[in-house]
Amino acid sequence: MKTMGCILYKTTLFNEILQEHGKMENAALQEAMTGNKNIAGTPSLLQGGAKKLEGVERSSLCYPDHLLSIESLTSEQLTQLIESSNSFIEISERELKKVPALRGKTIINVFLEASTRTRVSFEIAGKRLSADTINISGSGSSMSKGESLLDMARTLEAMKPDVVVVRHRAGGAPHFLAQELNKRYEKLAQRGQRVSTRTAIVNAGDGMHEHPTQALLDILTLYRKFDQDMKKISGKKVAIVGDIRHSRVARSNIWAHFLLGNEVRLVGPPTLVPQDYLGAFAEGGKISIHHDLESGLEDVDFIMVLRMQLERQEGFFVPNLEQYTRLYCVTEQRVRNFAKPETVVMHPGPVNRGIEISRDILEGERSLIEEQVKHGVAVRMAVLFHLATGRSSEGGES
Amino acid sequence: MILISNGRVIDPSCDIDGEFDVLIEGEKIKDIAPRGAFSEMSYVTEVDAKGMWVIPGLIDLHVHLREPGQEWKETVLTGSRAAILGGYTSICCMPNTDPAIHSEEIVRYIIDKGREANLARVLPIGAVSVDRLGKELAPLSELAEAGCVAFSDDGDPVYNAGLMRRALEWCRMIGVPISCHEEDKSISGCGCMNESALSTKLGLTGLPGVAEDVMVARDIELAREANSPVHFCHVSTARSVELIRRAKNDNIPVTAEVTPHHLVMTEQAVAEYDTYSKMSPPLRKEEDRQALIAGLCDGTLDAVASDHAPHEDDVKKIAFEEAAMGILGLQTSMPVIFDLVHEGVLPLTKAIDVLSTGPARAFRLNAGTLQKGSPADVALVSPDKKWTFGQDDIVSISTNSPFIGRQFQGAVHTVFVGGEVKLQNGKICI
Repeated sequence: MKTMGCILYKTTLFNEILQEHGKMENAALQEAMTGNKNIAGTPSLLQGGAKKLEGVERSSLCYPDHLLSIESLTSEQLTQLIESSNSFIEISERELKKVPALRGKTIINVFLEASTRTRVSFEIAGKRLSADTINISGSGSSMSKGESLLDMARTLEAMKPDVVVVRHRAGGAPHFLAQELNKRYEKLAQRGQRVSTRTAIVNAGDGMHEHPTQALLDILTLYRKFDQDMKKISGKKVAIVGDIRHSRVARSNIWAHFLLGNEVRLVGPPTLVPQDYLGAFAEGGKISIHHDLESGLEDVDFIMVLRMQLERQEGFFVPNLEQYTRLYCVTEQRVRNFAKPETVVMHPGPVNRGIEISRDILEGERSLIEEQVKHGVAVRMAVLFHLATGRSSEGGES
Repeated sequence: MILISNGRVIDPSCDIDGEFDVLIEGEKIKDIAPRGAFSEMSYVTEVDAKGMWVIPGLIDLHVHLREPGQEWKETVLTGSRAAILGGYTSICCMPNTDPAIHSEEIVRYIIDKGREANLARVLPIGAVSVDRLGKELAPLSELAEAGCVAFSDDGDPVYNAGLMRRALEWCRMIGVPISCHEEDKSISGCGCMNESALSTKLGLTGLPGVAEDVMVARDIELAREANSPVHFCHVSTARSVELIRRAKNDNIPVTAEVTPHHLVMTEQAVAEYDTYSKMSPPLRKEEDRQALIAGLCDGTLDAVASDHAPHEDDVKKIAFEEAAMGILGLQTSMPVIFDLVHEGVLPLTKAIDVLSTGPARAFRLNAGTLQKGSPADVALVSPDKKWTFGQDDIVSISTNSPFIGRQFQGAVHTVFVGGEVKLQNGKICI
């Protein structure tokens, strides 16, 4: 399935608009578009720019587009997404944190698995872009009344949202929704019916499969830490430490670091880092498995610590948490001894202090964890912006 | 009397492959002899089988007819129709119904439904334990007397090894095998596809082959000790094939079946989360598939069984991890196996053997043969006919087949059950 096929193109458009904005002096137009003189947001000019490039925008480049995985992105697309996300950070730092980039667009956040930070982050991202955002959560939804995912896909599609953000406990669920939507659009096209809105699916975490926007915000965090230069975070070594078996964050990060040309070390006990990872990922890039922290952290530039699920004892994955902590807790001393002085540490949260990561790391200089949370909104704004505007031009919105 | 003439008769039970004529009188095969031997006889209806293969009716040791309890998925009637269209003259239905086939009443109910359908012979398999829970033995003798041809807790393994041991001792006395779904659930857990690099990449919980292997090993030892027959359902791993091969070399009374899909598909079929390719045991790797074909060729595996498992789209067209296990099989087993013949990996007589004679031998059924005096269960096949299996061809209530749209060579033309024509020119006779 094609995903994010238009990223490259859209970003070019976005950058053009940025440049154009620099030249724009017409405050009246700005005011008319933003409704607020103070919001000198770059995306405010999107509509003007889009109009100008209408002929190009209607090309088939932009469909069918979803963000289902990092695996399906190219390194160019990753770079463009990161650069684009970076330019959205500024909006959240304004006094009035809103631009009309997605005015008139509808975004539905379907969170069928418990989530706070990702759901809130997507909702804020949509709202700051002026989209109409609607949230559906597991317990309050018709899914809890036995509606199937397929029926839900059809119901949602009928309401013509521009983007549906999906968090689901089953791996492949967003993929399934995207497949069904695409099938439906093909059928309509065959019948000669016009499709006014093509809904884009964004994977906000599916089972143990992927969590693409988390990986994007992790990369954005590194990008900003290292002088906003993709070259400075490429060709490096990254260690992912902990419960890799059950982690969608790990899978998305592996693919993302492969796109950057980084070497990936997977660190943890054999029960949580199965040998199958080599077979699964070896074709994508340089990857190795380490069961001891010392060899795993040797000479690495970045460390990604994963949350140790407290219930893992039940599946016999670890004898007990003390045992895990003794062997794999990432501490300042261990990083200093095994890695490099300048090595940075990340964690997708929420953290278990003193279990997988020590207090001194969390409070120290190497931690990028606060930045990670901060960058979540910008990344999601970029993703929503690209998918919603990529789609609207298709077939002409009524 | 009916004379099937001019066909190529292939009957692995008596090593026949050639130009023979088959004479049917009443419910039985009266005689079989080289072409023209019966030309002097009068009062016969002649069926011209020119250009066709005449083979013993197929026998399926493993189908789920869902009745009683889940009639929205399949019924004895619809399953029997699928069977006849697939060339089957006998189908053995698994007891994971609701209630389970663990009482004489349920056995009779299913047999009656089968007689009403009046198509293929419907042979119930009784539960080993009450409610298939592995806690209490089902009334095995009573079930056998009522008509059960085997016992199984299929869908689940027989969890309790102690109960399994006692059940085997009873079965030695009764003379029917226990058919085992081998899966140690403490290992397989909530696995939904083969555990491998692919499952790791997809982030799906794996159902490892070793969950099957350890149970096969356990039951080989129990069969040896009890000297009582064990039949292994839907063998899916190379290691299980090897364990069964060794057990047979040691003269332990074991038999085994494999499904058509495990012979022609691998785990790659679920790489795009196709729930119509999700089943238990899951599709494995190419090396397992090759080992299964080798096991079929050398006689380690006795039978091909469809594991026909109808499910409605409400439980199939959903997220992969949550979708029900199982696919349809009755209408496609034979043509799928013929694909292996066309590819040259399976000799034709072996293919017929594993579809009819082999299964009859495993369950000790008086069927799977065209020998004089045996029941007149016969199938006529047009070997060269090319056709495409379409969704509209499905006569089951459910449509969960991964073979929709696949082109096959070789189609069932006519089917006799007990001397009566049930299928003629590919159409069911009512």
